[in-house]
Amino acid sequence: MERDGERIEITISSRFENIELVQVIAEHLCENAGLDEDGSHWIGMAVREAVANAIKHGNKLDVRKKVNATFLLHDHELEINISDEGEGFDPDAIGDPLNPMNLMKTSGRGIFYMKTFMDQVQYRFQPGVGTSLLMTKNLAKGSGLASTQS
Amino acid sequence: MKATPRTVDGVEVIKLDGKITIGSGDQQLREIITNALNGGKNKILLDMSGVTTIDSSGIGELVGSYTTVTNRGGKLKLLHLPAKLNELLHVTQLITVFEVYDNEAEAVNSF
Repeated sequence: MERDGERIEITISSRFENIELVQVIAEHLCENAGLDEDGSHWIGMAVREAVANAIKHGNKLDVRKKVNATFLLHDHELEINISDEGEGFDPDAIGDPLNPMNLMKTSGRGIFYMKTFMDQVQYRFQPGVGTSLLMTKNLAKGSGLASTQS
Repeated sequence: MKATPRTVDGVEVIKLDGKITIGSGDQQLREIITNALNGGKNKILLDMSGVTTIDSSGIGELVGSYTTVTNRGGKLKLLHLPAKLNELLHVTQLITVFEVYDNEAEAVNSF
């Protein structure tokens, strides 16, 4: 991979209109790494959901609080870290959106999307510091929804 | 997001263009549906062909719109799903909830 070792970092204030900035960076990085348009799109969607959660549920729309996104390409793997200044939450408390009881709920699909589009999704909560989300995707394995569904 | 409504044989066909995402199109979609219902239109066909991006909030709003219309005795159906939205509805199993059409005349006749 020509871009091996590339690292990009961006910090935004907690405004929804900034989400797209981070999503676009993710998609461009994936395309530059050789991923096809679909694969790049789905990773961009995972990033969008992660940043949206950080702004809404982490920083609770406080524009003084920041969201940091770091992208690292190494060994055909894209590592994405999204961190906020929020108090954290219990990911296990969010119901499975595929459960018939939850199918018609209007929220609760963001983390499901991330888990669907990425290989690994891991939250880390640091009291007094914030929440950090690590997502990884093996770019050599293939891309997009089709590969994750199989 | 831009919404262009027109009435075809008693069905409100609303063409949506742009993004249905958190903080923008999601709230607009709710207003569009509410306005249609308040105007006595409860047979609603959403033409999704111009939707460029939809996130989990947008999907959530679609689900909420479906529930709202159904609870008001109406029907909400989808027309011309873009490929990626179609994939999302399959992944979330919401494809089992929504009636989806590729042909407008067929969709209108189904109400």
